[in-house]
Amino acid sequence: MEHAVEHPNNPFPGVSTTKFAIWLFLASEVMFFSGLIGAYIVLRGGAAEWPIVTKVLNVPLVAGNTFILIVSSVTMVRAFAAIEAGDQRGMRHMLIATAVLGIVFLGIQAYEWSSLIREGTTASTNLFGSTFFTLTGFHGLHVTGGVIALFYVIGHALRGDYTQAEHGGVELMGLYWHFVDVVWIFLFTIVYLI
Amino acid sequence: MTHTPTAHKPSYMRIFAFLAVLTVVEVTTAFTPMPKSAQVLFLVALAIAKATLVAMYYMHLRFEGRVLRLIAVGPLLFAIILTIAPFYDLALRR
Repeated sequence: MEHAVEHPNNPFPGVSTTKFAIWLFLASEVMFFSGLIGAYIVLRGGAAEWPIVTKVLNVPLVAGNTFILIVSSVTMVRAFAAIEAGDQRGMRHMLIATAVLGIVFLGIQAYEWSSLIREGTTASTNLFGSTFFTLTGFHGLHVTGGVIALFYVIGHALRGDYTQAEHGGVELMGLYWHFVDVVWIFLFTIVYLI
Repeated sequence: MTHTPTAHKPSYMRIFAFLAVLTVVEVTTAFTPMPKSAQVLFLVALAIAKATLVAMYYMHLRFEGRVLRLIAVGPLLFAIILTIAPFYDLALRR
């Protein structure tokens, strides 16, 4: 079980080593997605033609999916708030709700992808297709990883491993999940709205 | 120092309401006829506002100490360079 613990030789007193580590990981993830977004800007800016994204992509559907991801951030943070208050049941319910919302997000993304592919846009059709499937695909992979991690955390929660005093696993899970939400906030704007 | 958000516990539902409203404004802006540059700037500003709300309140950065804030903000400098620098390259190509 994970705990947001402070190692005795911690060079930064007061900062839990596990939280320090996950923030370092998230910093590396910022660079990963920045590279992808930078490449998208270069390719889109240099392309001879680019479709009007609001006409090609199903923006209302994806706006709904964006809303689902935002709601999942709320349920995730409420799971953390619940265990902070010692509410085991509330934490379990909110964690399960977060995982379900994550799966719904992935299901809608799969539907969106299959619709686009049926209409003839694939990763190898043109630059738009390549960049679209790369950016949304890598984000989808991150959501998938998050859902798998959520199952792991839910397993511990159901066994009663998290307490009001020790719930680092829920906090770390939340940090990753919210990060995935933040990435989507930018991808939604860059890929679907601009 | 690491702080748990007990002292200034944010209203998570209020943040959610802000995020939902900003998302509606984003989608409306995308379908509103206006100069492209203004539209892009406004949409990016809205995305930054939403991301900041999530990071500050849901990721509790507002309640964290200097070390974690530095780790969070540090890569943003490089992220900005990575996303702004291509515009120079694009300008040279024209």
